[in-house]
Amino acid sequence: MTINPSGWRPERALAANDENEGGGTFTGNRALMLEEKLIFEIGDSKSCGVDFDDVPEVASRLGGLERSAPIGLPGLSEPETVRHYTRLSRQNYAIDLGLFPLGSCTMKHNPRLNERMARLPGFADVHPLQPAETVQGAYELIHVLGQWLIKLTGMNSVAMSPKAGAHGELCGLLAIRSALEARGDARKVVLVPESAHGTNPATAAFCGYSVETIPATKAGRVDRAALEGRLAPDVAAVMITNPNTCGLFEREMVEICEAVHAAGALVYCDGANFNAIVGRVRPGDLGIDAMHINLHKTFSTPHGGGGPGAGPVVFSAALSPFAPLPFVEKTGDTYILVEEETADEDHSRSFGRMAAFHGQMGMFTRAASYMMSHGADGLRQVAEDAVLNANYILRQLEDVLDAPFGESGPCMHEALFSDEGLAEGLSTMDIAKGLIDEGFHPMTMYFPLVVHGAMLIEPTETESKASLDQFIGALRSVAERARAGDLSLKAAPFYAPRRRLDETAAARKPILTWRDATPAE
Amino acid sequence: MRYLPLSDTDRTSMLASIGAPSIDALFTDVPEAARLSGVIEDLPLHASELSVERQLKALASKNLVAGEVPFFIGCGAYRHHIPASVDHIIQRGEFLTSYTPYQPEIAQGTLQVLFEFQSQVARLYGCDVANASMYDGSTACWEAIGMARRITRRSKAVLSAGLHPHYVSLCDTMAKFTGDTLVTADPVLTDGAPGDDMARLLAAIDGETSCVVVQNPNIFGHVADLSELADACHAKGALLVAVVTEPVALGAIKSPGEMGADIVVGEGQSIGVGLNFGGPYVGLFACNEKHVRQMPGRLCGETVDAAGQRGYVLTLSTREQHIRREKATSNICTNAGLCALAFTVHMSLLGEAGLRKLASVNHARAVLAAERLAQVPGVELVNGAFFNEFTLRLSKEARPVVKTLAARGILGGVALGRLYPKLEGLANGLVVAVTETTSEEDVEQLASALEEALA
Amino acid sequence: MTTYYTREHEWIAVEGDVATVGITDYAQAQLGDIVFVEVPGAGTTVAKGKEAAVVESVKAASDIYAPVSGEVVEGNAALEGDPALANTAPETEGWFFKLTLSDPAELEGLMDDTAYKAFVDSL
Repeated sequence: MTINPSGWRPERALAANDENEGGGTFTGNRALMLEEKLIFEIGDSKSCGVDFDDVPEVASRLGGLERSAPIGLPGLSEPETVRHYTRLSRQNYAIDLGLFPLGSCTMKHNPRLNERMARLPGFADVHPLQPAETVQGAYELIHVLGQWLIKLTGMNSVAMSPKAGAHGELCGLLAIRSALEARGDARKVVLVPESAHGTNPATAAFCGYSVETIPATKAGRVDRAALEGRLAPDVAAVMITNPNTCGLFEREMVEICEAVHAAGALVYCDGANFNAIVGRVRPGDLGIDAMHINLHKTFSTPHGGGGPGAGPVVFSAALSPFAPLPFVEKTGDTYILVEEETADEDHSRSFGRMAAFHGQMGMFTRAASYMMSHGADGLRQVAEDAVLNANYILRQLEDVLDAPFGESGPCMHEALFSDEGLAEGLSTMDIAKGLIDEGFHPMTMYFPLVVHGAMLIEPTETESKASLDQFIGALRSVAERARAGDLSLKAAPFYAPRRRLDETAAARKPILTWRDATPAE
Repeated sequence: MRYLPLSDTDRTSMLASIGAPSIDALFTDVPEAARLSGVIEDLPLHASELSVERQLKALASKNLVAGEVPFFIGCGAYRHHIPASVDHIIQRGEFLTSYTPYQPEIAQGTLQVLFEFQSQVARLYGCDVANASMYDGSTACWEAIGMARRITRRSKAVLSAGLHPHYVSLCDTMAKFTGDTLVTADPVLTDGAPGDDMARLLAAIDGETSCVVVQNPNIFGHVADLSELADACHAKGALLVAVVTEPVALGAIKSPGEMGADIVVGEGQSIGVGLNFGGPYVGLFACNEKHVRQMPGRLCGETVDAAGQRGYVLTLSTREQHIRREKATSNICTNAGLCALAFTVHMSLLGEAGLRKLASVNHARAVLAAERLAQVPGVELVNGAFFNEFTLRLSKEARPVVKTLAARGILGGVALGRLYPKLEGLANGLVVAVTETTSEEDVEQLASALEEALA
Repeated sequence: MTTYYTREHEWIAVEGDVATVGITDYAQAQLGDIVFVEVPGAGTTVAKGKEAAVVESVKAASDIYAPVSGEVVEGNAALEGDPALANTAPETEGWFFKLTLSDPAELEGLMDDTAYKAFVDSL
């Protein structure tokens, strides 16, 4: 017989030897972990991945301002471009890959139906300045979404144009300031609990307010006595996040709102954590005056690596007349866009415009698709499952991680732990980096500021029990190592595309753009 | 429900392990008066994917789609062809469903894209550095005014009459609250240079001026040399802020940075991002290196990891709200990440050669269209220099004409009466944008429809 | 020359009517790697207890309050190019600014070397 002419036979003995770890590779790649240079290193100014139809030559009418100097933009053919960005994409963690427990960020599954709906030409390929009669369906979608938001929050009206949560905060505070000024009552101070997200004080300062901090109680809630003690005729508003950033519902929210109103001030609610209560609690019933809703959190529009977001703001009746332009109104069977020119009579108290056009339409379509899919019943289940998942994590891990507010009642949609009990020299950062090696994105760390070494875990409702159990197992293992003083965690992650990065060097001598190598002299 | 993985069995066993008798027991901190006992009424219940698709398609079908008709609308948002591969890349889950890259070891994809984006924007604008993007051009414009205030410690901004009126309106809104003084003027359709107010701007700069804000090409499509204005600003210790709403123009005309602008901001939508009825778009923001610490927004920077390999991180974050709180340069927390990715992929497909070609096609088609439309009786071309957008003076008020054209299935441009309802002198103005997507037939259809409407 | 210390961890070395101000070794250790220092320029008037400089680490920004009132005669330009000086030599080359005292009486009540050491030990 002819015995194995190609010589191919399985050999596993050496591969199975633990001591044989392989060395560096010629390319720097590690199999599917692929290194990728910058577009500036692989492209050039001549290459192009787009073909154009020919047009006749014309005499230039650029007024002698032709750009003659090189611009320095590298190009690539289409296959190279697709490969470049596909290779880069694989260096990212994402919800599609696994649980993404960033507290206060609500990293839930992003349904692909939303993407398909946002790309319908009737929504994606219409211009914001088209005549009203040619975009009735687009106005109607904005109106429908606005009605959902009003009903889910129990509020009076909604401003759709803010482009993200912080922009929504700005919208809310500008309406508050306008309302106060309209009654001749310029007030100068905004009170913000110390557990607040940094955008709250930043926004208040941006609007010209001075910011004062209200402490939290030992149970992790706003210190109502301290808050009420500070209420005075100079206080314009109180900004409160509810559920708060410690993952707790503000039990005394109704009393707080009443006290704030009695002092002539208004209540802004940061709606970042609305996912915990959607369909179960209407913030309007608590007495708030304004709240932004992050469509990219509660209503599943994609985070996209840091935006775009969308931050519509719902208003109480008292603030509604001051809402920004433009907005969509239904008159009979038609929809109109109320802008500067049409605002004169009915909407003269609007504080004005805060973006060029009417908001993040692409996000509205996605959010509407999500709300219609879930319906009012499904959204209620969203809140319940989100809260259930967070409490499950809290109770499964509180024996290995310190839960500073574990006795403060059930948590809402996120579980908060501290670095108490970790061995000397090990920190929250080390736990986070250890989790990366376990294949998980870390939790929010060092926030809220009221807890030392905070770890804020928000699983969301789109995780299965099996997924939660796997995450709990991984975090338990890392936490136990940190308690036992396993200093190898200081060097984690080992298996990510990069080891820990030198942020000090990045900040001391910032390199923010590609610089062509200067030719040797 | 298709988005919820927990089964009732899971829920029961999890409640048992928590030690809670029911799901209601987890909501006991909510004041009783605010606890909803059942599903909110007056809202639809859950629906299948098929059903949602049908409902939304019905709404979408009520709109006149730009790509299906002769289309000439611009004024801050432009219809360009987006290569199929751009939309493919931005739908990869690793980009689409990732978060702000706060854990750089597992976010190098997003970070490297941002570094490429910043480098591309800086070069396009002719500046040293750019940030990782803003909400859109209009908000970037206001942020630039704030940045100029911080740098110069002055608070009087002089706005060109050629600046997009919605941008002016936004700045007006914000200035009411911040106490900035804005010096504005109504635009005039000067023959050869509509909306150009260079002489007024030069005269307005004084020792109190923080910046002059000028758009190029301006809202009427006019293209101007900003060099003299830049010099005049610098002579008085003020900054020149240039606004670009059509970035494709910079494949043909000198960048604001080359003409001396200190801060360049604008709308990036034209590259890679669709019209989307106004958003999401992507704000571009660039400046000179010496001002970088006063720049708002996120920044990505190069560094090395513990093994000495090159990598990227978010940097200079002490300027931002999550650290600086009330002393932050801006309250902004997000950028327009996915739109920035679309911009970067499209720009990488184009490269310098492609961008220049795209710009030349736009310009050629616009010149041909302007010449053709100017032959229509009752139509006069106002512009001298322009890129892909120009202003026509009609013999009649433009708003009803636009309406008539729309009824015939032609989206014929933006009537200045819509943007400036109070300025009667502009009522006959029509701003027409022409891009590589505009065919000769489209122009012919517009010409003949205009001829009828003006007869 | 006499050196005083504040409870905000600044040191102030006085020679005649000119004082040099910086942050203490304890302060730099608490801040971690310093990446940026902004010092006031010559001619700036600073008031006791008011913000006079900013020091930034990667994840924190801290205001430096003027320990005494006066007019700045020099900011340490070396910190701009090499902010790490504030880590490596906080009480020598890494000084922040020099000023002429407008009210030497303000020095009263500041700590001396021994008192500051005791203060730090108590933290």
